Amino acid sequence: MPAVDQYPWQPAAAVVRDWLAGPATSGDLSAARAQMGFSLAWHIILACLGVGLPLLTLIAEWWGVRTGDPSYRLLARRWARAMGVLFAVGAVSGTILSFEMGLLWPGLMGRYGQVIGLPFAIEGIAFFIEAIFLGIYLYAWDRLPPRIHMLTAVPIIVAGIASAFFVVCANAWMNEPHGFTVRDGRVVDVDPLAAMFNPASPPQTVHMILAALMVAAFLTASVYAVALLRGRTDRYHRAGFFIPFILGAVVSPVQLVVGDWIARFVADHQPIKLAAMEGVFTTSSHVPITLGGIAGDHGIKYGLEIPNGLSLLVGFSPNTVIEGLNQVPPALRPPVTGTHLSFDLMVLGGLFLLGLGVWLLLAWWRTRRRGETDPLARRGTRLFLWLASLSGLASVVSLECGWVVTEEGRQPWVVQGILSVRDAVNPAPGLMIGLWLLLAVYAAMTVATVYVLRRLAGERPVPVAPQEADVTGYPVT
Amino acid sequence: MLADTVLVVMWLGLMCYALFAGADFGAGLWDLVAGGSRRGRPQRALIEHAIGPVWEANHVWLIFVLVMLWSAFPEVFAAVMSTLYLPLTLTALGIIARGAAFAFRKASTELWQQRLFGGCFATSSVITPFFLGAVAGGVASGRVPSGLAAGSTVTSWINPTSMLGGVLAVVTCAHLAAVYLCADAARGGGPEMVRAFRLRALVSGLVAGGVALVGIAVLDADAPRLFHGLTHRALPLVVLSAVAGVAGLLLLLRSLWGWARAAAALAVALILWAWGVAQYPLVLEPDLTVARAAAPPSVLAAVLIVFLAGALLLIPSLGWLYTLFQHPKTGAAAGAEEAR
Repeated sequence: MPAVDQYPWQPAAAVVRDWLAGPATSGDLSAARAQMGFSLAWHIILACLGVGLPLLTLIAEWWGVRTGDPSYRLLARRWARAMGVLFAVGAVSGTILSFEMGLLWPGLMGRYGQVIGLPFAIEGIAFFIEAIFLGIYLYAWDRLPPRIHMLTAVPIIVAGIASAFFVVCANAWMNEPHGFTVRDGRVVDVDPLAAMFNPASPPQTVHMILAALMVAAFLTASVYAVALLRGRTDRYHRAGFFIPFILGAVVSPVQLVVGDWIARFVADHQPIKLAAMEGVFTTSSHVPITLGGIAGDHGIKYGLEIPNGLSLLVGFSPNTVIEGLNQVPPALRPPVTGTHLSFDLMVLGGLFLLGLGVWLLLAWWRTRRRGETDPLARRGTRLFLWLASLSGLASVVSLECGWVVTEEGRQPWVVQGILSVRDAVNPAPGLMIGLWLLLAVYAAMTVATVYVLRRLAGERPVPVAPQEADVTGYPVT
Repeated sequence: MLADTVLVVMWLGLMCYALFAGADFGAGLWDLVAGGSRRGRPQRALIEHAIGPVWEANHVWLIFVLVMLWSAFPEVFAAVMSTLYLPLTLTALGIIARGAAFAFRKASTELWQQRLFGGCFATSSVITPFFLGAVAGGVASGRVPSGLAAGSTVTSWINPTSMLGGVLAVVTCAHLAAVYLCADAARGGGPEMVRAFRLRALVSGLVAGGVALVGIAVLDADAPRLFHGLTHRALPLVVLSAVAGVAGLLLLLRSLWGWARAAAALAVALILWAWGVAQYPLVLEPDLTVARAAAPPSVLAAVLIVFLAGALLLIPSLGWLYTLFQHPKTGAAAGAEEAR
């Protein structure tokens, strides 16, 4: 029995030493994937809010300035305060991702960083513009005339959408690698524009930008749906609900069409991903759509089948042949259950949000036809608001599931057909340490963000920062 | 040639990060030592007022450098990030804690929250530049060889040059912040605040000079190649930096705040350029040069065009951001506000 445990910290020190001394293990690959996945899943929500919240805030401010209605201006200022916190957290959690690109996936960046550098470079400029004008928009409220102040929000919105576009271009490249040749093991003939505008870029970027608008809109609307349910039905809370909800309701049907577009694209370009999404194990015609279920050895078990559904959707004929997972050896197949269920859940969430929008449209139409004014005075409003208060959650679930589909569905590749995650990961030992540290910090940051946002929302009267004097007197129930 | 141009642009980004974001980190250090929550309140208010609107834009310079590095010198990015992943993970976590906690503190109203978030903000403001300096020391002393995780995960950043880099980064950030804050204090903080920050600026400037002097011995023993470069090809820059640093202190004594800012910034910038000149053209041990590490010309040209076009948008925008909050509110804007 060697006398090693003389000091209480020695076991821990030994663990750290072993981690750092030994070779990297497959556990390190899992840790790297978990860390990247976790920090991306976290950031993607903030990124969506960064795209959508400035637009909502500007609409509220514009309407408030136009009509002189203080309730809209109060909304704009409160949303701007929340935006300040969310943007800061989003900026730092986004920075972590650019670190992790190198810390976790140097095998990807060392070879292909040059190929996908361009969209990131443009995204960097866009992010710069966003940060500069956000500083001006948030802090110069009392230094600029209203019209100029509103104009400073425009670059934030444009740059936010541009950021989303270019970052997703880089992700699309991982699905559709173009713009280079591998010759004698070296990456040559690099064409950054061809890499950036790869075939997957149009459907993926549009799908993501619309998703970002939906998430920001429905998350904001659900906060005010809860308030309306609790009987706070003044102008302030109604505006807080209707501005974002209408935006979300307008975007949802467009997203349905775009979703169809991207699914067809995947069917053409990444058939194995589609096979995992729909749980198609064997290539054949007359393939059904399977809803739910889990993957067995030869197909999806316990799922609900719609006969010929997938063949009809993809090729408008039951005779359309759909490629199955058996086209590739088992080692090159993505995990089916997770991809399939995520896909179903994403679609379900999208349809739920679409349905809510239709419900409001019908209610509004009936209200108008009867010469009434308030669509929320109708019967069934409580059920509607109750469901609407879940719309934020539904939009986030759909968002995360959609992201899981595109990433899990590409496994084991990080760059489709070119580079596997195993070859991309940092070979250094001890990546597990980074994962645990990151989880601890993010847990604290999550708690603090939610807490601070709740406090910001609950502050009554609205704090008298100098620039907020003119709307402080507005009574909020 | 193209590769050298991109390298210079990237180094300009690094310089901007050091001069602007470095000062934001330094302000965090002064926040940390401002004293108890009652006594330190006016200083913390000044610091918050000074960095509030600008820190996020300043922070983007780091992303600029990272993106430049992986686009134009992908092998270097991969080698540095994979070997130095421990200090860089700690840097990343420090960046999270600093930015988030600063925003949280601004949004909270109760003392215990302000203390908690403020402490987090201030501590991470010290930790982050330290690890960044340690990373720079690891690269500069040739401990990061090319290849994936080819260097030691431990001694690549726990070594004399890295420790020197870390301490120097922290002290330099503190000095920059104190000098910058003198002008802010002169504008709206009152004479007592001006005296306080002038004292801090002088002390931190002297400490930074002292650390740099000790650093000569450290580099001589630990990083001979870098030392040779600094004492030969880059010597004029090193001397100029020292002159600018001393001049900055004298300007502080004469209360010429704007000139003192420029001199302090020049001293820091010149050290960064001296490092670059001393090490050029070698990027990573044993023999990876700028030309060999660079991406193909198509990529370099595309990246350069993007940044030149971006600069046309960014420079006027940044100018507006920095000047907008350096002046008291104008009567017109205040009147317009009342009319709303």
